[in-house]
Amino acid sequence: MIIAEKKPVAEILEMVREYKRILVLGCRGCVTVCSAGGEREVEILASMLRLGRKKENNPVEIIEGTLVRQCDKEYIDSMDQWNGTYDAVVSMACGVGVNFIANLRKDSMVFPAVNTSFFGGSVEQGVWTEQCAGCGNCILHHTGGLCPVARCAKSLMNGPCGGSQGGKCEINSTVDCIWQMIHDKLDATGRKERMNFVAPIRDWTPAGHGGPRTFVRDDLTV
Amino acid sequence: MSEFIPDIRAFCCHYTSQQACADNGKGLKEAGFPENVSLDRLTCTGKLQVSALLAAFENGADAVYVVGCPADSCHNVKGSLRAAKRVSAVKKALAELAVEEGRISMYHLDRGLHPEFIAAAREVDAKTRAMGPSPFKGESK
Repeated sequence: MIIAEKKPVAEILEMVREYKRILVLGCRGCVTVCSAGGEREVEILASMLRLGRKKENNPVEIIEGTLVRQCDKEYIDSMDQWNGTYDAVVSMACGVGVNFIANLRKDSMVFPAVNTSFFGGSVEQGVWTEQCAGCGNCILHHTGGLCPVARCAKSLMNGPCGGSQGGKCEINSTVDCIWQMIHDKLDATGRKERMNFVAPIRDWTPAGHGGPRTFVRDDLTV
Repeated sequence: MSEFIPDIRAFCCHYTSQQACADNGKGLKEAGFPENVSLDRLTCTGKLQVSALLAAFENGADAVYVVGCPADSCHNVKGSLRAAKRVSAVKKALAELAVEEGRISMYHLDRGLHPEFIAAAREVDAKTRAMGPSPFKGESK
């Protein structure tokens, strides 16, 4: 899922200083699961914005809402229910949601309440780690299912580098060397000869280096 | 200038406050529990949400505190630990809003009416009087 983290409230207060009626809009997708922008977080941010504005003696009316997702047109359309009640939207969705509101609500100003961080998973309650870089050309079949694009500091296709020490990365002793893990995984599954595979020079175009990516499924379009 | 009497909200679990609330709080009053502290009894402090603590400030509290079971012997195993985490989250929220973190605090106390239950209330009262009114009231010193 997409992992996000709430921005400092002072930054959000600064964004919306001039607005008197604000719609704080959560998303029930990824940001609910990673506790950054679901219904509960909407309630907390709304309270913090009201408190911050009280302190500044600049009262504000906050409308609270959440959408099933903010990355689908049909759900953005359901924002009609709040038409005329707000002057600005503070979206607690990932950057996709903010962009969708900006794209589809021509007359609405929308501001981000979270920093969209990475594609990851919850390794234990309250801890999320990056697992995928969304690079558009998956090579996990060569690497025992472990991703060097997202999890190697250098995104090496042929590792480990000389900075791998005792299974840890040279950037930080708390970071596992993913190439060590790939080696161990291949060994444990009887495929360590796969380490002899030399990955060719990679074409990064599918990773976004060819501009914004679009994906069309002809069988699904009407 | 009139004396500042802080509005203090205490959230206590059923166990740490059960004796305190016997006889409609008569024992509390006699023991010197500050009258400006209002008690909100919960089945367990683990039930408290960050939003409920923030709402207390929105509703005019100058300070808020939570009393839960001892960290290693909560009646509901981890309830008071969860409450302590939420108090920490509110401390962080107050810091983000440039307001004294000391306006919220957590106490872990044994069940029943102990002098510590009174002492906690008096400590929060004294600390809050020293800090002055909540900046969220728009009348801070």
